[in-house]
Amino acid sequence: MTDVAKKADTVTLTIDGIEVTAQKGELVIRVAERMGVAIPRFCDHPLLAPAGACRQCLVEVEGQRKPVASCTQTVAEGMVVKTQLSSPVAAKAQAGVMELLLINHPLDCPTCDKGGECPLQNQAMSTGRADSRFVEPKREYEKPIHISSQVLLDRERCILCQRCTRFSEEIAGDKFIDLMDRSSGEQINVYRDDFFGGEGTGDGQVGEGEGDVPFNSYFSGNTIQICPVGALTSDQYRFRARPFDLVSTPTTCEHCAGGCSLRADHRRGKVLRRLAGDDPAVNEEWNCDKGRWGFRYTTASDRIMTPLVRDAVTGQLREASWSEALLAAAEGLKAAQERGVGVLPGGRLTVEDAYAYAKFARIVLGTNDVDFRARPIRATASPVTTTEEADFLAAAVAGITDVTYEAVENASSVLIVGLEPEEEAAILFLRLRKGHLKKKLKVTAVSPYLSRGFEKLGAALVAAVPGDEARLLNTDPAVAGALSAPGSILIVGERLATVPGGLSAAAALAERTGARLVWVPRRAGDRGALDTGCLPNLLPGGRPVTDESARAELSLAWGTEPGALPGTPGRDIDQIVAAAADGTLGALLVGGVDPADLADPVLAEQALDAVPFLVSLEMRQSAVTRRADVVLPIAPAVEKAGTYLNWEGRLRSFDAVLPSTAMTDGRVLEAIAALLDVTLGTGDVSAIRRELGALPAAAARPAAPATAPVETAQLGEHEAVLATWNQAIDLGSLQDGDEALAGTARPSVARIGKALAESLGVIDGDLITVSTDRGGVTLPAAITDLPPAVVWVPTNSPGSTVRRNLGVTAGAVVRLQAGVPGPILAEGAAL
Amino acid sequence: MTQPRPEVLQKLTPVLTKRWLSPDAWQIGVYERLDGYLALRKALDVHPDDLIQLVKDSGLRGRGGAGFPTGLKWGFIPQGDGKPHYLVINADEGEPGTCKDLPLMTYDPHSLVEGAIIASYAIRANRAFIYIRGEAVHAARRLRHAVDEAYKAGYLGKNILGSGFDLDLVVHSGAGAYICGEETALLDSLEGFRGQPRLRPPFPAIAGLYASPTVVNNVGTIASVPYVILGGADWWKSMGTEKSAGPMIYSLSGRVVNPGQYECGLGITLRELIELAGGMQPGHNLKFWTPGGSSTPMLTAEHIDTPMDFEGVAAAGSILGTTAMQIFSDQDCPVYNTWRWLEFYHHESCGKCTPCREGNYWMVRTYRRILTGHGTLADLDTLQDTADNIFGRSFCGLGDGAATPVVSTLKWFRDDYLGYIEGRTAPRLSEKTLVGAH
Repeated sequence: MTDVAKKADTVTLTIDGIEVTAQKGELVIRVAERMGVAIPRFCDHPLLAPAGACRQCLVEVEGQRKPVASCTQTVAEGMVVKTQLSSPVAAKAQAGVMELLLINHPLDCPTCDKGGECPLQNQAMSTGRADSRFVEPKREYEKPIHISSQVLLDRERCILCQRCTRFSEEIAGDKFIDLMDRSSGEQINVYRDDFFGGEGTGDGQVGEGEGDVPFNSYFSGNTIQICPVGALTSDQYRFRARPFDLVSTPTTCEHCAGGCSLRADHRRGKVLRRLAGDDPAVNEEWNCDKGRWGFRYTTASDRIMTPLVRDAVTGQLREASWSEALLAAAEGLKAAQERGVGVLPGGRLTVEDAYAYAKFARIVLGTNDVDFRARPIRATASPVTTTEEADFLAAAVAGITDVTYEAVENASSVLIVGLEPEEEAAILFLRLRKGHLKKKLKVTAVSPYLSRGFEKLGAALVAAVPGDEARLLNTDPAVAGALSAPGSILIVGERLATVPGGLSAAAALAERTGARLVWVPRRAGDRGALDTGCLPNLLPGGRPVTDESARAELSLAWGTEPGALPGTPGRDIDQIVAAAADGTLGALLVGGVDPADLADPVLAEQALDAVPFLVSLEMRQSAVTRRADVVLPIAPAVEKAGTYLNWEGRLRSFDAVLPSTAMTDGRVLEAIAALLDVTLGTGDVSAIRRELGALPAAAARPAAPATAPVETAQLGEHEAVLATWNQAIDLGSLQDGDEALAGTARPSVARIGKALAESLGVIDGDLITVSTDRGGVTLPAAITDLPPAVVWVPTNSPGSTVRRNLGVTAGAVVRLQAGVPGPILAEGAAL
Repeated sequence: MTQPRPEVLQKLTPVLTKRWLSPDAWQIGVYERLDGYLALRKALDVHPDDLIQLVKDSGLRGRGGAGFPTGLKWGFIPQGDGKPHYLVINADEGEPGTCKDLPLMTYDPHSLVEGAIIASYAIRANRAFIYIRGEAVHAARRLRHAVDEAYKAGYLGKNILGSGFDLDLVVHSGAGAYICGEETALLDSLEGFRGQPRLRPPFPAIAGLYASPTVVNNVGTIASVPYVILGGADWWKSMGTEKSAGPMIYSLSGRVVNPGQYECGLGITLRELIELAGGMQPGHNLKFWTPGGSSTPMLTAEHIDTPMDFEGVAAAGSILGTTAMQIFSDQDCPVYNTWRWLEFYHHESCGKCTPCREGNYWMVRTYRRILTGHGTLADLDTLQDTADNIFGRSFCGLGDGAATPVVSTLKWFRDDYLGYIEGRTAPRLSEKTLVGAH
């Protein structure tokens, strides 16, 4: 910055007699804070627009008749500000406001969850009077009311600063919580029928009146975190702990690929709550409800604490010592090596653990049959020989880190395909929304319909029939137009893999328009597994397995015999499952994979049943552990150190939150390897980080795939193309254990267009059945502006487990029928 | 009742009120016969900038209470900015004691419609809104009728009188909130949101209705415009005082023989106005009064000769406000009256900011206690302190208005408070008012 430019952008003012330079437009309260003067405040929040509602931050500004709110006052050249430290007027004004705030506050600090970390409590100590002059009766409300299944509101504690309502409107875009009534009866509430003259139950609880609208937001927990009093609490944490008894440990969220910084508060070896961490580059100060409340799965009753081996006599799993179990695993894997061992690590691993699997597969098992992708990786109808996604990931994703949250926020325009940000990448959604609202970011969505999430991004829709996205990316002028401005970004979700030619078209489109391309997977470990080589065609660091020099480089680093690393691409997850199911494969080594997540759960379970030897590294009982020959318990994220690589490719390292004897996947694999006389060196995260850091940078990357799109299928009568994706809060196993969280899930519906509804003779809310030869799901219809012959259902929500019940994925042809299925269909259902 | 002396009667200057007694002046035919829509024809022949200049020259000041120069306000609207401009007329007359706009809209609604068209033309707005108080059903009905008539006569709609100027005028009824008389709360309410004042800046002239440049004017201001156009700036300035030009409708209520609206040049005194209103009621002696509604600091009998213009009232330590003069006598209790007002402010506080929301809650209860005979001497200090903590600390002027009668009565009539506290005055309220917290 030149001196001239700098001068124009700054002003000099005086606060409490001290001259200070500030950026133009900066708020007085921030400048004061920067120089160490803490002005008390409640409604002010750095990430929310100024409100000036609570009046706690009043200061004196020379030349102004009245005290001014320092949270709304911007600095000006020569301004003279006196805070409570130097102005009796400001001090009196602040003390007066504090007294007024407290007259109707219950002062129930000893029983309030916020007591001990409460801005009202703290600032009442610094700014308030020792005794109250107030002798009148206090305002009272029934307490608490559930404004959603998770969020509770004690209105008498509320000081009406409106941080919660402003967050919901400005940041999340979910205006389901608002001010109601006025004067001293003003309160925060949600829409309740009885409140507005409707019938309601009259007991004050939300959701019991027919027209009630609860606080419907995936980001509702943030309102609890920013509430400066104890008015908003969560069902999960309420009355469970006192803040001063908790130990806080910074960590990283294990749910999606967002990589949010979190703070886990724990006591006596148990996490009591999680809060959004403050990381301006990633999640700012927010997180989603799944990340906040989805942590009780680690204390589920089906957690596996000791190794299990299948007893040769009884055929049942029994508890075993580590040495017995490890030996059994090592011997079994060795015996199966000749026929082949498939490795399915799953998408939930840390970088360190994923690297252990990748290395284990190559140097212990001598195979490239490793694939982290626990999801459909190609269209239902595509032949399993296609390798489009793996080729795309090798060419355009592995090792690339040039698109960040900040880049998205500041882009001129983004095109999103194969991704529903609000459901599948919540914090990216918030950042897109910030860009849209504050920086005029233009969002274009290639999607079957304009969801509520896309509406909140002000997105333009390029309506796509599932399976037809590739053609649109190749030829639609609106698609190319959306990326024509310099600084555009193309965001593709992992679901685009199920569109033949989709990823090829995306790579070509980015090439053609000069837009930056970024791939957003759904799970926290996906990107790390990709970059550490948990793919049949890639070695760690994005090195192609077919590249001889890359193999030689790695052999050197790993200290293996030259030429020991297999040089042909291995089998991907579908091929491994198929090989296991038909008895070709000798063994499977499975990490955190749920067969229900795979393209065909029934086939996956057949494979698990058929494979001669099955080793499962798991935390809790699962469809895999029940079939395994050896089960080796591993540590959940909270009990280990590690690193997630988020969708940006940003390293998100964390230490163990809780002390634990549970072992990481890497340490277990190392122990197996040791029994097979191989030194894996993955037992310690720092060692792995050193080893990964020492790997030389990858050389040239392969060319992007050029798979051609396929024609969309011809539809018969009452047939439609299936659209589906996961809702943020669904049946995911990491959300187990918190009913209040599950209660905030969006209801399962089947979305169909108006014409389709008419042809079926159904209206909103009528049941319709979506079926294939495998089976069906029956859900209430929601008439939505969809392309004519498309039906959308949630992938893995209550009443709608698409992969298990339908056995297909997006783009497949399904049958539609009004009402509940008759006996014939029910017989056909593979349940 | 005494007849006003001729020299005082002469002070009546019926301009805005001149048609009020003409039968059916609210109908367009009668209005047109009484010089109606002449100013519009004249205005449409003039360049909008010249109209703004004319209004500036006339010295017309806002009639809603603050007295901001109208022409200056119109001049703030950026021209040629490519954005739509809006005229919003504040007809949410709700200040206790004020009743000048509602009779105007009831008896002479076309003058407001005509003023709205001229003002819109001047600021280059093609859409204007009249935000009328929801309770004023009768006035809204007359106003809507007048707007319909104006559309039919070609004064509204496309290409008004062949000038090429288009204007749509919408009459919008509020839902009964005093706060919506505050201009930014009014704009939020008009946009369909909860009526609460907005943070300023940005000011409405830059980002008002739908974030576009907006002029918000009072009914009396806009209804004055046709007369300024027809009579000219010099004629307008021939009434009133140098800095407070023109006629003003004074609403007299309380202990006078003939309460009502009296239109006189700005600067008339209360003594003259009481005379015009037939004098004080028999047996009543003036004790205290508000110059411009209950939000303005109270004045006493000693201020009876204060000139009632912006400067004169300010010099006496109060505000001209809406020239709603509530006149109280020695048979009225200032403590009781203040409580009545406070119940109003407490009920009408929007709740946005702490001082107004909580302070009124507290003061109302303290007054109830004093008036039931349970007050203490310490209550007076607490009341004074609470009023001080509201005044100038709240988000908008509502809180200031609520604190004002408290401060005034504590200043002028402390002994009346002591009467209740020391048991010299019989309690005015029953114990029942102390029950319940809402």
